[in-house]
Amino acid sequence: MEAEYILMMDNITKTFPGVKALDNVKLHVRKGTVHALMGENGAGKSTLMKILIGIYNPDGGTITFKGQKVDIHDTNTALNLGISMIHQELSPIPHMTVAENIFLGREPLNKFGLVDKKKMNADAVKLFEKLGIKIDPRMLMKDLTVAQTQMVEIAKAISYNSSLIIMDEPTSAITEKEVEHLFEIIHGLRAEGVSIIYITHKMDEVFKISDDITVFRDGQHIATVPANTIDKNGLISMMVGRELTQIFPKEEAEIGDVILSVKNLSREGKFRDVSFELRRGEILGFAGLMGAGRTEVMESIFGIAGYDSGEIYINGKKVDIKTPRDAIKHGMAFLTEDRKRTGIMAVLSVRDNITIASMDKFKKGLFLNKKEINATCNEEKSRLSIKTPNLDQLIKFLSGGNQQKVLISRWLLTTPDILILDEPTRGIDVGAKSEIHRLMCGLAKEGKAVIMISSEMPEILGMSDRVIVMHEGRITGEFSRSEADQEKIMQCATGNHNQQ
Amino acid sequence: MSTINEKQLNGSLAKSDFKSTFKGFVRKYGIVLILLGLFVLMSVLSPAFLKTRNLLNVVRQISVIGLIGLGSTCIIITGGTDLSSGSIIALAAVIAASLAQRAGWEAAMYPALAGKLPLIVPILAGLLVGVLCGFLNGWTVAKFRIPPFIVTLGMMTIARGFALLYSDGRPVSSLTDAYNFIGQGEVLGIPFPIIVLAVMAVVTHIMLSNTKFGRYIYAIGGNEQAAKISGLNVGKILILVYTYAGLLAGLAGIVLSSRISSGQPGLGQGYELDAIASAIIGGTSFTGGVGTVWGTIVGALIIGILNNGLDLLNVSAYWQQIVKGLIIVVAIIIDERKNK
Ligand SMILES: Nc1ncnc2c1ncn2[C@@H]1O[C@H](COP(=O)(O)OP(=O)(O)OP(=O)(O)O)[C@@H](O)[C@H]1O
Ligand SMILES: [Mg+2]
Repeated sequence: MEAEYILMMDNITKTFPGVKALDNVKLHVRKGTVHALMGENGAGKSTLMKILIGIYNPDGGTITFKGQKVDIHDTNTALNLGISMIHQELSPIPHMTVAENIFLGREPLNKFGLVDKKKMNADAVKLFEKLGIKIDPRMLMKDLTVAQTQMVEIAKAISYNSSLIIMDEPTSAITEKEVEHLFEIIHGLRAEGVSIIYITHKMDEVFKISDDITVFRDGQHIATVPANTIDKNGLISMMVGRELTQIFPKEEAEIGDVILSVKNLSREGKFRDVSFELRRGEILGFAGLMGAGRTEVMESIFGIAGYDSGEIYINGKKVDIKTPRDAIKHGMAFLTEDRKRTGIMAVLSVRDNITIASMDKFKKGLFLNKKEINATCNEEKSRLSIKTPNLDQLIKFLSGGNQQKVLISRWLLTTPDILILDEPTRGIDVGAKSEIHRLMCGLAKEGKAVIMISSEMPEILGMSDRVIVMHEGRITGEFSRSEADQEKIMQCATGNHNQQ
Repeated sequence: MSTINEKQLNGSLAKSDFKSTFKGFVRKYGIVLILLGLFVLMSVLSPAFLKTRNLLNVVRQISVIGLIGLGSTCIIITGGTDLSSGSIIALAAVIAASLAQRAGWEAAMYPALAGKLPLIVPILAGLLVGVLCGFLNGWTVAKFRIPPFIVTLGMMTIARGFALLYSDGRPVSSLTDAYNFIGQGEVLGIPFPIIVLAVMAVVTHIMLSNTKFGRYIYAIGGNEQAAKISGLNVGKILILVYTYAGLLAGLAGIVLSSRISSGQPGLGQGYELDAIASAIIGGTSFTGGVGTVWGTIVGALIIGILNNGLDLLNVSAYWQQIVKGLIIVVAIIIDERKNK
């Protein structure tokens, strides 16, 4: 029986100050299978994986790998055993090349003992070819998009030739097409006998890819079942501990006047001739593949990056937005897609991270009204069910999904009229996701306007009143809620649409 | 490949609670524990250490380092550094002193003015010098996006050069009694410099933790990009922070020149490093976003007690430097581990 399992983690417990992240949990992974690890934000999934890869030491418990009891006290031990990991939070070294990042710490040397760059690049090319990834390994990491960075991390984890690969939300930053691609890669690995632990919040992925499913809730092991013995609803109720009625709680709001209008906006090399209108009460979805230019358009509108030509009107008045500050003054808010780089202030408290964009609200003369700050933050904490022991907790200690919720609160507190959300539910669990969707609908009903960039087709279709599709920097399609369907959107997104 | 030790496993659950509370305690108050330990050690080793006079002396000595340490703390929290504070002390000192010379002193820089100006003039002049240097630091950092290390390194030599130029390389001495009070006077038995430091520490603390501006300082150090996107005027905030640090350095220059009754162009040399060290020992993180006024004050006290204690013990100045250096590195190691 034991030989069948490549990994058995038993009675694992881990406590952080104020948080019991894992309470006597187990995880048994069969050889040559894809094992999905599911659970709400903060359930302890990443923590368990960090224990397995040697980043955290457990307070107690045993790990048996390939039939041997092992003590994994650092990442090197794990790698030598044949365990590698794709981390939830990407941590590329920005000023090094793609190849240097992949082979960091195990660079091939030439006969003089110097790094053999030629071989390194060639190895990277070989690896990418095998995986069908189209990225030049000589590029600097900082010049890649989030999605490309993610693909590099995937390739890196695979390049160790491990027998167990942990994937912690590998698809949160990539679009459907790359997800398909990743799944092909996973199928190939499984056929070679590699086992995979797969963490995701996307339900359809789980059933498509996994053989077994383990569910955690609040740091406890709830169940481990074969994937084909359970359905989506069953899985969700196991995860949240109650029935969840509606996944996309779309409520149509009354569509009002045009609040934002963008005319022929262009930025060299990024996007061209982008025009659209946004109305009060509307949720406007932006669909497209990675690199389609959706994020770049929003960055220009919000004053993070400039634009070469075109005009932006708010409430019919032409505006000249040079900095995010200007944009905020015009009632805009922008939840960026790269949480770590442009979102969280890692070493600051949850309280600071929530209030930083709306400090003016809390001014009492020269000083800040701390009571009000705490009251507001506590309200936000319960409204979005942010899981944190207290408001003083540094945000970096929150689980990925909970960090995202903090950022959403940050922007909601600025009471914007135009809310631009770039992948708003990335890494957010099903329960919280529908909570955020409900919030979006509520805002629309109040007469605010929402732009939602999403790479998740069900979310686009479920939430948008109107969908704009982009491909290679241009708008290639626009559909009303009733017109939109997966096929039409994919055609426009891949550039295979007929101009009508 | 070692197997997990059974005993370790069984014991670990019960122990972990105690261990984590203990760890949490050390983490939070580790630096205070080091200060207390040092205090006790010095009292045991040297009978002179605990005398009130000596202790007051320690605090008097750290008042200057403490003042610029407060400024450095703010700057380091934003993710920057300030190497110029020591030189700004000198420039402020010579200029302030030149406006506070006694009447009838024939070598006075401005014989016509000597003894005629009210105390507020040299004080304002010293502060203004600091503000100006600090503003230039901040403006250059914000405007040209040059690393603060380089900008303040430049200011360090420039300000020192001006101090030498202005004073012609000579001490500016024979200062009025009113001016000398700032560094030498006492109020209710408490040395005045200590009161100055205490007031500025409280002001800085309130600024950092209770004002919008203060929270912005942390936010910039925490993630400048995110701060910008959140609508912060990063450039303006940086200029203000460096200006404030300049103001404190100017104040420190006044206090120091008054304490020794002379504005000397060589004053404050190397003080910037002690100030940075105080901040770092006190838990301010070089990567930005983290730091407190109290930590810095404790850091300055540690440095002060070390200097004083080693003096009392007749340890050579050379060894003093070595010990101080070691303490700084150890403090940073502790800080790094804490962040893990
Ligand atoms: N270094 C840490 N210090 C303190 N608390 C931590 C630390 N790491 C994780 N936690 C806490 O442990 C709990 C489990 O976090 P974990 O990251 O494992 O969740 P998760 O299941 O991966 O969630 P998500 O789906 O949001 O990624 C959370 O409550 C989190 O706040
Ligand atoms: Mg996680």
